[in-house]
Amino acid sequence: MGTVILLALTGLGLAALYFLVASGLSLVFGLADVLNFAHGLFLGVGAYGTWWAAGNLPGAGPDGFGFVFAVAFGVAAGTLVAILVELVLIRPLYSRTIEQVLVTVGLSLAGVALLQATWGADARPFPRPDWTRQVTGIFGAQVPNGGLLLIIAAVLVLGAILAFLRWTRYGLVIRAGVENREMVTALGIDVRKAFTLVFAIGGAAAALAGALGGVYFGTVSPGQGGSLLIFAFIVVVIGGMGSVVGSAYAAVVVGLVQQFVNYYGTSGLGDICVVGLLAVVLLLRPQGIAGKVATA
Amino acid sequence: MTVIDAPRAQVPDELSPQRGRWHRVRPFLPLVALVVLAILPYSTISLPGIFEGPVNSPGTLQLLAICLIFGGLAAGYDLLFGRTGMLSFGHALYFAAGVYGTDILITRAGLPLWQAALLTVTGGTILAALLGAVALRTVGIAFAMVTLAFAQVGAILVARDFGGLTGGEEGLPLDVSGLPAGLVGVTNTVNLYWLALAYLTLVVFVVHRVSGSPTGRVLAGLRDDERRIGVLGLDPYRYKLVAFTLAGGLASAGGVVYVLIVGGASPHITSSELTLSLLVMVVLGGPGTRWGPVLGGVLYMYLDHRLTAFGTSDAVDNLPAVLSRPLSQPLFVLGTVFILAVYFFPGGLTSLAPRLSHLTRALRPRSPHSPHDAADPR
Repeated sequence: MGTVILLALTGLGLAALYFLVASGLSLVFGLADVLNFAHGLFLGVGAYGTWWAAGNLPGAGPDGFGFVFAVAFGVAAGTLVAILVELVLIRPLYSRTIEQVLVTVGLSLAGVALLQATWGADARPFPRPDWTRQVTGIFGAQVPNGGLLLIIAAVLVLGAILAFLRWTRYGLVIRAGVENREMVTALGIDVRKAFTLVFAIGGAAAALAGALGGVYFGTVSPGQGGSLLIFAFIVVVIGGMGSVVGSAYAAVVVGLVQQFVNYYGTSGLGDICVVGLLAVVLLLRPQGIAGKVATA
Repeated sequence: MTVIDAPRAQVPDELSPQRGRWHRVRPFLPLVALVVLAILPYSTISLPGIFEGPVNSPGTLQLLAICLIFGGLAAGYDLLFGRTGMLSFGHALYFAAGVYGTDILITRAGLPLWQAALLTVTGGTILAALLGAVALRTVGIAFAMVTLAFAQVGAILVARDFGGLTGGEEGLPLDVSGLPAGLVGVTNTVNLYWLALAYLTLVVFVVHRVSGSPTGRVLAGLRDDERRIGVLGLDPYRYKLVAFTLAGGLASAGGVVYVLIVGGASPHITSSELTLSLLVMVVLGGPGTRWGPVLGGVLYMYLDHRLTAFGTSDAVDNLPAVLSRPLSQPLFVLGTVFILAVYFFPGGLTSLAPRLSHLTRALRPRSPHSPHDAADPR
């Protein structure tokens, strides 16, 4: 019983990580039709920003309030990079989907290489508060606190994004834009402002994922974003592009399947099962669990 | 009844094709290039700065062979991306299937080369047909993601080393004891070079024949307007599957030659980064053009190898750290060039020639009597 609860909670921790990356991807894709390969870069910037701040920034540190400050710095850095990418690189190519994808591909290659050039290819130990290294006993299972932190953060982010989408004017614009962008433009609303906003939200969520993922894994390395990104893509497709709630459901399914199969089957089998799940979902329900048809 | 001689329709000068100096030679240029490449190993010229040793030294020939392989791979990938408009992010999978398939069949199963090669190419083609049949149920960006996910499965299978076949992270060195003697050893690098050249020629030939055939015109139609092809009564799914399978088969054949040149398989060829670099090659060269992808592939691989040496050279090391560190990462340089290419020369390298000719024409002094001076063959 303890094993099952432990696997479920660590699986949910993984799901939280996927959700933080996938929510931004899903919104960006739903609204702007941009498949953002540079999303892994935002994650990397968030992780390295937090790591750098904890070591170098006055007032920030690996513990207590200093750690919160370091994470805030990392998230701010990720958000800033996301906004800059949208304004400088994506916006001039508005509605030219393939070129936008190509630019984000180039950016992901160059950005990861830049991170690697600056801080080396090897994984660095991540500064984290002592309590995240410990475990909490839940129904006889010893659950690592880093995973619980991820779950709490993901639930908070999910709540915040949903509240933003439901109760604010810009949330309304974004929801309408995902449904029908031309109509929103025809009503005289500048959807491109919403693009920037969505990139900022996605960048912030990904940077948070980077920072908390660093806490969870204990290390930070330049390639971390890339491997997470592929599973985030899978989560986005299964969940339905443009749907935040769909991403949340899909992230939970993917995280749990991966964790349980990897434990009870061979290591690595879970990852393959997830891709099998993707194939099944695409064959039976191409539009994903929720949301609009997953075609461009 | 009188017949009035109608004046012959005058084709305006600017509409008739230019008869430049190279007009007559042009069709034979590829042949000339092929002959030059084929006899290249006989020359002992050394090009300092471009290659480290003389042209016929084994190191240079191996680099050239790898460049040629990737030229062929890029041309095969262009069949998907540039000519059919399918954005596949999983093309590395079929290349890796070729590399690992050959390596495993020779090293682990002890088959002779020709059997291993035949089985691998057949297997790679069947794999492409099966996965393509599933992936092509989606279109556009979803298709890109699905192919990416399939390729990721390949990467996981190789890295986790199920059944101890692939050697995991360490890769699998090729067992050369059963190979023909002409393909083994440093002195025989030249044979591998010719093999790579033959592969490139084969791919270019196949791609040109396909794109010139009626099927190729349907593929171009799919790229431009898929719905219209459907309205004309043709099944887009089948044609796309044909292109996908053919490209997959060509990629796995490339893998067979690559494993012979490199002498083993390593897991980095299964990474999604390789597919992304194939995309970069095609876009840099010029998607959908005859020679662009080949040129892009050769140039990319060359730069990828040479920039590593350039990055560790003294000239770069003496720069301040802010500059020298990013410059020592080939992917940083190539990624940046790629982004600039998407913005400033979207047609790739092949689009540069016409643009430059516009420029030279604009710069050339004109006489007031013949406005089409530049078109004059002089």
